[in-house]
Amino acid sequence: MKSNSSAWLAIAMSALLFAGCSSTGTKDDTGASVEDRGSSGATTSGIGAGGVWTGNPLDNPNSLLYSKTIYFDFDQSTIRSEFVDVLRAHAAYLNSNRSANVLIEGHADERGSREYNIGLGERRANAVKSFLAAEGVDDAQMNTISYGEERPAALGHDEVSWAENRRGVLVY
Amino acid sequence: MKRFYFLVLLLGLALHAKASTLTIEITQGLEGALPIAVVPFAWRGDAAGPPAHEVGEVVAADLRRSGRFKPLATGEMLARPTRGEEVDFRDLRALNVENLVIGDVSPNGPGGYLVKFYLYDVFRGEQITGFSMPTTARDLRATAHSIADIIYETLTGQPGAFATRIAYVTSERSGKDKERVELRIADADGYNPQTIVSSEEPIMSPAWSPDGRKIAYVSFENAQPAIWVQELLTGKREKMTSFKGINGAPAWSPDGRFMALTLSKDGNPDIFIMDVARRSLRPLTRHGSIDTEPAWAPDGKSLVFTSDRGGAPQIYQVSVNGGEPTRVSFEGKYNARASFSPNGRMLTMVTRVDGQYRIATLDLETRDFRVMSTGRLDESPSFAPNGSMLIYATRAGDKGVLAAVSTDGRVQQRLRLQEGDVREPVWSPYHQQERNR
Repeated sequence: MKSNSSAWLAIAMSALLFAGCSSTGTKDDTGASVEDRGSSGATTSGIGAGGVWTGNPLDNPNSLLYSKTIYFDFDQSTIRSEFVDVLRAHAAYLNSNRSANVLIEGHADERGSREYNIGLGERRANAVKSFLAAEGVDDAQMNTISYGEERPAALGHDEVSWAENRRGVLVY
Repeated sequence: MKRFYFLVLLLGLALHAKASTLTIEITQGLEGALPIAVVPFAWRGDAAGPPAHEVGEVVAADLRRSGRFKPLATGEMLARPTRGEEVDFRDLRALNVENLVIGDVSPNGPGGYLVKFYLYDVFRGEQITGFSMPTTARDLRATAHSIADIIYETLTGQPGAFATRIAYVTSERSGKDKERVELRIADADGYNPQTIVSSEEPIMSPAWSPDGRKIAYVSFENAQPAIWVQELLTGKREKMTSFKGINGAPAWSPDGRFMALTLSKDGNPDIFIMDVARRSLRPLTRHGSIDTEPAWAPDGKSLVFTSDRGGAPQIYQVSVNGGEPTRVSFEGKYNARASFSPNGRMLTMVTRVDGQYRIATLDLETRDFRVMSTGRLDESPSFAPNGSMLIYATRAGDKGVLAAVSTDGRVQQRLRLQEGDVREPVWSPYHQQERNR
């Protein structure tokens, strides 16, 4: 993995240079966003002259599309009002990019039994899917999977971690 | 953007992981346990033999673990007889020992051994029973567990469950998003852990076939949950279901011909019954709620399952032929993952008490509901095949560990693995394949 990370760093560095930004390798707000997508390779985005985002809109930190995780209350699968705008932005993106597909992951916190939590996670994924469908997204563009409590985002065993783990994640 | 999922499958019992051994500590109990002396067994061959003394040690550890016996420490023994004529019952009576086990190991053909043991009633000064058991170096521990079973049954009147195994899931994290999940099988005392599946994706819900030869489980390899059935002896496996949505909670019928499972292919989680040979499916429940975690009654005529059809998860029972389920659990607002005791009289389940998730038992005749554990995040209870103990998952500090409690609540013990999280323990049934390691 070590050699891999240096490879990513090299790609990141060249992206920064290409974007004409500081060559110190640090990232600032106006600089390039370099996202490591793991084994499938790195994706890079640049900003054109005049500050207009020319990269993948999903990677624009100033766009609502940048948020891909929404959170749920305990034992609930209702979309909280604070996440409505984020989901609408994703719906608009999917509607204008009919070839784009999204995998909606549903997750639960660790409390209670594991298979029941798989059920809860699916309910959350389906809540996101229904919301997007109501906004016009084609069924064929969406897939869901529930990981229940098996894939926690936070590893603690307290309210803070549990709140981070009760989530829906959009994976493009 | 596509994600890539790496998956390494190590199939087959032949592959030994450098798995750390489970250690077991009894955290509570032992009062009222029967005092017994198990003298280290003797080796009767010439030159270096097998670790014969270990046989007695394994027997003593098994008996101690059951909570029903209090074996005398070897250092407290006034003498260490290995033949009947060497036994001095007066010494043992002076130590208040009620029973005595002695034995030896002798050569028995190429690579073979013969283990003999004798069980005595100290008060009467009489032999109660004695057995000769052929074995091999590899199976010496297994033979010791069988001896413990015979002693346990002779003295308590109930069959022992020492010569059984447990399946469980382990997880080790390296880095933020990297996790290795393994399905392992170990002897009931935690020894001989062997990895049968290893993956970077979740593995869940192991379930033994009634003959103990196969394990069903859920694996998320390739980002799609699927139910697999794997033969323990060969490591061969078959995908049973991988429908769109949930493929979860496999449970074999007592005769092994059917498998109850949870599928959400029709929109939300319902329980189905699969004819294992034909792979045909029929729905058992049809409800817009979460129906999952089916478990068969030992007579195969009904199943219990978790459903939140009443607003919160509770246990329901339904005939194997379907029909309207009836609610079984009424204590508290959260009861899930029930399973039957081997005699069908009790259920064990996860219950929520004051915000803590604990293991409970429900006596189906008296309706007596008892909370059996004291943790905060306890889950996955499973009865020993003789009904004497429950094994479950709990947390110790930041680690997932296994714990066990005697069904009468008297003895608590913790099984600790050196590294990583351990979860979802399931006790094997009695009928075991011939060991082939």
